[in-house]
Amino acid sequence: MPEYASEIRQYITDRFLFGDDEKLGDDDSLLDAGVIDSTGILELINHLEERYGIKVQDEELLPENLDTIANISAFLGKKTA
Amino acid sequence: MCGIAGIFDARGEGRIAAANLAPMVAALSHRGPDQRGIYLDRNTGLGHARLSIVDLETGAQPIRNETGTVWLVLNGEIYNHPELRTGLEAKGHRFYTRTDTEVLVHLYEDKGPDFVDDLNGQFALGLWDASRKRLLLARDRFGICPLYYAEHESRFLFASEIKALLASALLPPPSLEPRALDQILTFWTTLPGATAFQGIRELPPGHVLTIDAAGQRLRKYWDIPYQPPGSYVQATPQSVGNDILALLMDATKIRLRADVPVGSYLSGGLDSSGITALISRYFNRHVRTFGVRFEEEAFDEGGYQKEMAGRLEVEHRELEASNALIAEAFPRVIWHCEAPVLRTAPAPMLLLSRFVHEQGIKVVCTGEGADEVFGGYDIFRESLVRQFVLRRPDSPRRARLFERLYPQIFRTGREKISYRQFMARDPAQAEEPFFSHLVRWNNTARIKQFFSKEMRAALAGYSATEDLARMMPAGFERRDTLSKAQYLEDKLFLSNYLLTSQGDRMAMANSVEIRPPYLDHRIIDFMARVPPSWKILGLNEKRLLKKAFRDILPTSITRRTKHPYRAPIQSVFIGRLQSESYRDALSERSIRDAGVFDPEKVGRLFRKLEAASSASETEGMAVSGILSTQLLFEQFIRRFARPEASGVRWDVFVDKRAG
Repeated sequence: MPEYASEIRQYITDRFLFGDDEKLGDDDSLLDAGVIDSTGILELINHLEERYGIKVQDEELLPENLDTIANISAFLGKKTA
Repeated sequence: MCGIAGIFDARGEGRIAAANLAPMVAALSHRGPDQRGIYLDRNTGLGHARLSIVDLETGAQPIRNETGTVWLVLNGEIYNHPELRTGLEAKGHRFYTRTDTEVLVHLYEDKGPDFVDDLNGQFALGLWDASRKRLLLARDRFGICPLYYAEHESRFLFASEIKALLASALLPPPSLEPRALDQILTFWTTLPGATAFQGIRELPPGHVLTIDAAGQRLRKYWDIPYQPPGSYVQATPQSVGNDILALLMDATKIRLRADVPVGSYLSGGLDSSGITALISRYFNRHVRTFGVRFEEEAFDEGGYQKEMAGRLEVEHRELEASNALIAEAFPRVIWHCEAPVLRTAPAPMLLLSRFVHEQGIKVVCTGEGADEVFGGYDIFRESLVRQFVLRRPDSPRRARLFERLYPQIFRTGREKISYRQFMARDPAQAEEPFFSHLVRWNNTARIKQFFSKEMRAALAGYSATEDLARMMPAGFERRDTLSKAQYLEDKLFLSNYLLTSQGDRMAMANSVEIRPPYLDHRIIDFMARVPPSWKILGLNEKRLLKKAFRDILPTSITRRTKHPYRAPIQSVFIGRLQSESYRDALSERSIRDAGVFDPEKVGRLFRKLEAASSASETEGMAVSGILSTQLLFEQFIRRFARPEASGVRWDVFVDKRAG
């Protein structure tokens, strides 16, 4: 799981924070912190699908799966298991 | 319309120099290419650049009263001037011109500073009462005409545009104001009174400022009206529709008063189609109309323009605002907006006014204001829907309503779900007084992540929304959702953003005057007494306006889905950020010198955009905001050049400095 977390953090820092990762904790809500918006979620999902070869179903588009770095890592762990 | 400028020195030591005032007037020559005038005495200088529209022969300004003790410069139009003049003549006032400007001088003599209450029009004016040694500035109710001022070393300066204040050479070198930039990266505009520059203020719409030796007095003479439910009209929607049509007819009729031909903008939407139809049907069958076309289908309304023009049998001309032209025009847009902008939508309006000017037309009626007054904006529907959903956030059926708000934008299942979840967050927000706008403002505020460390430090502890909250009228939080949203939209979006960056500035850049009939204050006052639920029924926006136009417009126009006026952002800038017109402004050195943004982060954003074929809405706004801030810095701070004024030929030159 940690290997996902560091890649996801790097991706989010690059693409959405433009290099600034000072304040982003593993359990911070990406939506509430204003890191990503609804278009950003789609960008993130595209990245996960391409990078990890998974397919995210519409019904999996839930905050429990995608709203924090920890949730995304856990979700990826499940999908790639 | 015109440009006005002035200098006031309460000490009266005869220090008002034509050498300071003349460049101010010269800086406004695009607003008034036809005539120039100047008035000077020991306390005051007034300057005027005229675009001749009424009384072409004798209307040069400054204009005076019978005894030469009151002098006035006006930018704008007083539409009810014939009626006011009749009353003033009956009281014995004598006139030497046929202008609306002269009416103001005499009305002031009769009523003092309260004379503004009687005016129906769009105006910014400077009036000098030499016997009381009092300068008075006033601005129309909505801020259709701009007016700025600044003070330095006991001199007070005012002008239609900021560049004219800087041209005086009486102010210290300008610098950008961090709080104003924070406001723009929240609301898309500064708050009323502020500008992007330190020490330069805007006279807020609906205000009068008087200055004399005793000091300054700022008075609000009008505000967006709000009526509590108890005072709603007792009539049927049908008869309200008829009343609206009657008011609009008169508002349009008086806006056609001019000694030059008046054209009309025709976008193909409900608002401008309605005005154009009224003009061609009742007042001028041969009105000339003008519209913008876009190369991308998502933005273009050409089909509807053609249909309306064909039906009205008017001579319609189109200007194609290609992405390349928009990109090319952007630096000039910023020169005229005098503020950072987060959108490219002003650019096509600049291109259109140039096109209109080339055809010899000086005045056009426009549809501005209808969305604000009649409840047309998506943000109104969005906040009503969101409030409805947030009352029962777990109801999947309610949440599906979000999909009906923006069917063109959120198309796939994935997009819809993602948007729905985004909007259904944070139910507690529904209780906030600014609820309607929080999603937009929070999204916009994400651009602040590009601020430099110094900017962040300068802004520590500052909150633009708290600043706004202090300006709200008493009892604001108790108003209904739509009334609150409308007030915010009127105050911020209409007056401060739209009328400036897409209205007056883009038109006057090419010596064209806009006249928006929907912003006749009689219509606004009337609509304040109409129940909110009549304005937007369910998801049907501007219902009463559609009713008013039912016999005037075809159903293909009244029933079409609303198409908000937008211009492409991402596709305009992608691939062009390295172009010659932007390269200097966007260089790392210039970004560092301006000190607003972090060059490192900006570089990453630009690289992301250059590599991608598309970008998110916020990223598009970020690029526009960063580029326009940098262009503002280059044009107004780093390379500002005072206009040459030594060759100006004055049509009016009054010099009373000798006493």
